[in-house]
Amino acid sequence: MNAIFEGIGASVRRKEDLRFISGRGHYTDDMNRAGQTHLILKRSDRPHAIINSIDISAAKAAPGVVAVFTHADLDADGVGGVPCGWQIHSKDGSPMVEPAHPVLATGRVRHVGDPVVAIIAETKQQAKNAAELVVIDYTDLPAVAHIADAIAPSAPLVHDGAPGNTCFDWHLGDKEAVDAAFARAAHRVKLDLANNRLVPNAMEPRAAIGDYDAMSGEYTLITTSQNPHVIRLLMGAFVLHIPEHKLRVLAPDVGGGFGSKIYHYAEEAIVTWAAGKLKRPVKWTCDRSEAFVSDAHGRDHLSTAEMALDAEGNFLALRVSTVANLGAYLSTFAPAVPTYLSATLLAGVYKTPVIYSEVRAIFSNTVPVDAYRGAGRPESTFLLERLLDTIAQDTGIDRIELRRRNFIPADAFPYQTPVALQYDSGDYVTTLNSALKAADWAGFAGRRAEAKSRGKLRGIGVSTYVEACGIAPSKLVGALGARAALYEVAQIRVHPTGSVTVFTGTHSHGQGHETTFAQLVASQLGVPFSQVDIVHGDTNKIPFGMGTYGSRSLAVGGTAMVKAMDKIIAKGKKIAAHLLEASVEDIEFADGNFTVAGTDRAKSFGEIALTAYVPHNYPIEELEPGLEETAFYDPANFTFPGGCHVCEVEIDPETGTIQVVNFTAVDDVGRVINPMIVEGQIQGGIAQGIGQALLEDAVYDKAGQLVSGSFMDYTMPRADNLPNISVGTETTLCTHNALGVKGCGEVGAIGSPPAVMNAVVDALKDYGVRHMNMPATPMKIWQIINASAGKLAAD
Amino acid sequence: MPQVTLTVNGKTHTVEVEGRTLLVELLREKLGLTGTHVGCDTSQCGACTVMMNGTSVKSCTTLALQADGASVMTIEGLAAADGTLHPMQEAFREHHALQCGFCTPGMVMSAVDLVQSHPQGLSEADIRHGLEGNLCRCTGYHNIVKAVAAAWPVMHGKQPVAAE
Amino acid sequence: MYDFAYEKPAALAAAVSSLASDMEAKALAGGQTFIPVLKQRLNKPSKVVDLAALGLSGITVTADTVTIGAMTTHGDVALSADVQKAIPALAHLASMIGDWQVRHRGTIGGSLANNDPTACYPTAVLALGATIVTDRREIKADDYFQGMFTTALEQDELITKVIFPIPQRAAYQKFKNPASRYAMVGVFVAKFASGVRVAITGAAQGGVFRHAAFEAALSANFAPDAIAGIVTPADDLNSDIHASAEYRAHLIGVMTKRAVAAA
Repeated sequence: MNAIFEGIGASVRRKEDLRFISGRGHYTDDMNRAGQTHLILKRSDRPHAIINSIDISAAKAAPGVVAVFTHADLDADGVGGVPCGWQIHSKDGSPMVEPAHPVLATGRVRHVGDPVVAIIAETKQQAKNAAELVVIDYTDLPAVAHIADAIAPSAPLVHDGAPGNTCFDWHLGDKEAVDAAFARAAHRVKLDLANNRLVPNAMEPRAAIGDYDAMSGEYTLITTSQNPHVIRLLMGAFVLHIPEHKLRVLAPDVGGGFGSKIYHYAEEAIVTWAAGKLKRPVKWTCDRSEAFVSDAHGRDHLSTAEMALDAEGNFLALRVSTVANLGAYLSTFAPAVPTYLSATLLAGVYKTPVIYSEVRAIFSNTVPVDAYRGAGRPESTFLLERLLDTIAQDTGIDRIELRRRNFIPADAFPYQTPVALQYDSGDYVTTLNSALKAADWAGFAGRRAEAKSRGKLRGIGVSTYVEACGIAPSKLVGALGARAALYEVAQIRVHPTGSVTVFTGTHSHGQGHETTFAQLVASQLGVPFSQVDIVHGDTNKIPFGMGTYGSRSLAVGGTAMVKAMDKIIAKGKKIAAHLLEASVEDIEFADGNFTVAGTDRAKSFGEIALTAYVPHNYPIEELEPGLEETAFYDPANFTFPGGCHVCEVEIDPETGTIQVVNFTAVDDVGRVINPMIVEGQIQGGIAQGIGQALLEDAVYDKAGQLVSGSFMDYTMPRADNLPNISVGTETTLCTHNALGVKGCGEVGAIGSPPAVMNAVVDALKDYGVRHMNMPATPMKIWQIINASAGKLAAD
Repeated sequence: MPQVTLTVNGKTHTVEVEGRTLLVELLREKLGLTGTHVGCDTSQCGACTVMMNGTSVKSCTTLALQADGASVMTIEGLAAADGTLHPMQEAFREHHALQCGFCTPGMVMSAVDLVQSHPQGLSEADIRHGLEGNLCRCTGYHNIVKAVAAAWPVMHGKQPVAAE
Repeated sequence: MYDFAYEKPAALAAAVSSLASDMEAKALAGGQTFIPVLKQRLNKPSKVVDLAALGLSGITVTADTVTIGAMTTHGDVALSADVQKAIPALAHLASMIGDWQVRHRGTIGGSLANNDPTACYPTAVLALGATIVTDRREIKADDYFQGMFTTALEQDELITKVIFPIPQRAAYQKFKNPASRYAMVGVFVAKFASGVRVAITGAAQGGVFRHAAFEAALSANFAPDAIAGIVTPADDLNSDIHASAEYRAHLIGVMTKRAVAAA
């Protein structure tokens, strides 16, 4: 029988797929508990209003209603507000303004979708009926939704304690050095950009079930979370004051997250608290339209970027000023996104010697904004890569040559940027060359001419990028304002017969951890892939963990597994030395065998496991029985994946319709465990990037109503919007983790939007376009073409 | 309360429902067939797609009572009785056409109908257009399109196409 | 969704009298627009009368006409070899509605009774000068559409079939709303011996309408360039986040040219 290679580097088919393709997944809404009740939230339909009174009497009397709660009930029980996990300090050293974020609105509503009343009934329909009977008397207040309105001099205030609607006014870098460099620059190129607000729209809407066992006093929360331990910590410690040993949080199969399921949401606290109050399970499942106004949104930045260059096109200094719209309240990681997850990436792949960035974060009467796939890095990458093409356009330097001239060279690593980060490895020339070749950049002129013969405008765009992920070194992020550590935890349980269960604090919601981690552990321990199972998503089973986001699972969680396996192997060597009557120093472990060096005397991994659990012949005086180890791994640095994306578009000038005709990515994500899964992650990220660039836009009107509040108006990428996506990899290894891995979850969403937009601007270059904000919809493109045609006609 | 009698995955059920009960609610809540998912409330996402009398329909946009007398197949009924996967299920696994798995049941059911109803063949453009009624947020559709193309010859008795 | 009584009468007369007996009752055809409306609690019928058992589906083609039963699905029209042969534009239009799942349930009668201002079918009915046959009368297309979500139908009146005259040439061109995929602008052009008719959907506040200036120009010369220089006023057109009135006005011209070229 031929052994199938299932180790590191093999495109092993996924373990999790059988249940998903058979309809046997277990998502939160698939679960029901005996005696379960149903929660519906009466949410604000006003962007901004004073709550004068809430009349719940009719709702309480409605058929099937079990309970109706307002903030007063939560207050009476001492329930806390939704906490924020990151504190930023302003330029002047003052801490950010951190307004109360009540679980149910108290006194005022601040965005459409703000939850006000919790209605719990025997059925969901009964709860919906009762919700219609709740009467809330509001006095409307003026609202601000757009950044320009929120920062206007006499703008209405979202929070009385936040003058100017400012949450913080932060900066990073050497302002004086940047100013000096600008003063002596040969060229200065300036660009204003917007990064459009997005709605994450994981296909599974959020859901939560709270339960309470009066005998043990234990609460259970089943929730659609990327990080159940983080939810237990935040909700237990700050909101409900439940000690952690009495609070179990389960995150079962979760249907996509993209950041939106990191955060602790009010609904989780309500179902858990209400279950204790009512001594009955409480279930809440979000409708999609409700998700649009209650899931944290992404992006929404306005920036001005300026580059100073010498006469040869070398970058001298970069100056960036950003206003970030954080919405009505601070979501869990919101303050970190425009600052330490974005401004720190402004060096990009370039050796810009000095950089100064300032970020003003503001409140508005909109849904809170937090990390969405890429989180901060897509914003800085879009800014830089659009600026690069604009510099090329303004100075006449070829856009590829401009990049090459300013790349951090491959021999300059480790490379300290002027914006806090130290890149450990990378080779930007190689990924660029590889992508240009794969995309046939050289042959583009011919394709453009051919397209022109068909009446189409064809454009090509490139983006070269680096990102920081593998989140994160705890000491560093602690110094930057994180209120939690960001290490990861792995527990490896070797069973008596040599099979292995791995308990990980990361969480898989599409990433295929059950497969990738099993490959990793199987290959390191020399056991068959089928003999390794991965457990995640249950705080009662897993020691601890920080979850999955920031492309951290393999780089941080996988490295924790390696550390735990190192302990297993070290212990195994001691057992083997005893059995083989050799010195521990002489035992080598490879391919699943403990061998006395230089001999053929060996014990298999299975024999060692059995001995550990049946210690009849065992060094019992010096070694405990059993074979199970736990490791906490705190990374020494971020990881720095990077690469090059090339996009080719065709525009129908008559209608403005745009089609992505080719997309080529060559990324450096470090060592690849499962190429099939890595390609899938990158393709999915690119699809979201193309979505941001061409389709998706969370549009608020000036009054604060979300206009694109359903799939009828929010353009989700569909199969016919997207091209085939060619993905390649070029590898440099991460130098500070045992596996050399960097992370692949976000690169697609980070590198792709500017490649698309550079292609759009290139396609429209004959129409005098210098920049275009996302999304490049047919209407916007037509307006550009039409305005230009009008001008041409007038000339 | 009205009753509906229908066959689901080969088994006949008679169930009490309300007028407003949706087919997807009947399947998930009354019959425990939770493989059929609900991903939106505007009939756009297709996560709830099932086969009804041989063609794909959105079970969130069909009243349970409209399915009276109908034969419904859900993702749970797609594999053979002995557990042998349907070629489309195999193709999805082989080509990594799913990540989080939430859209997958509806996507697979749509894809089965698309292939069945196009015995003359399916181009890549046909597949992309044919899956217009199903949203996936994870894969970028690239591998879904590959899987559907690979399942076509198998379902039509032609030589299977090897994965890359 | 609010609850309601459900009936599935077996005869047309029973369906009509059931609707007539209750002003709050609503007819249910394919439900692909109506059920989403119910789910949003935007409509609260006392009773839903399902028309599925009335035997109203089917396609009949004669030398001069294509007759489509009210409960015939978009999918059946799209895939009908007879329709594809007689009025290929009509089959093409049906294939552009919604997605496959929607086409498997949605019906021509339901679409026309609802008269959504972004629906596709009204253009074919209006441009082809079809006749709407109901349980009690025949209504000419030009009399049928009376503004957004408004038709000549009475509350208890049911469409039984639609009779389309077969044109010399015809085509439908649809510019889809990028998000909903409904028509942002849809144009049906039909050329008869008596002249050309052009119907536009998705664009106007009042729903489907005929484009008199285009019809005159195309009746004189059925060529794409015949409408060059004719400006469609944007005044009464819709404006939203996907398309301004000016953009819609422009697209009406482009889609009409393309329809003429395709016809």
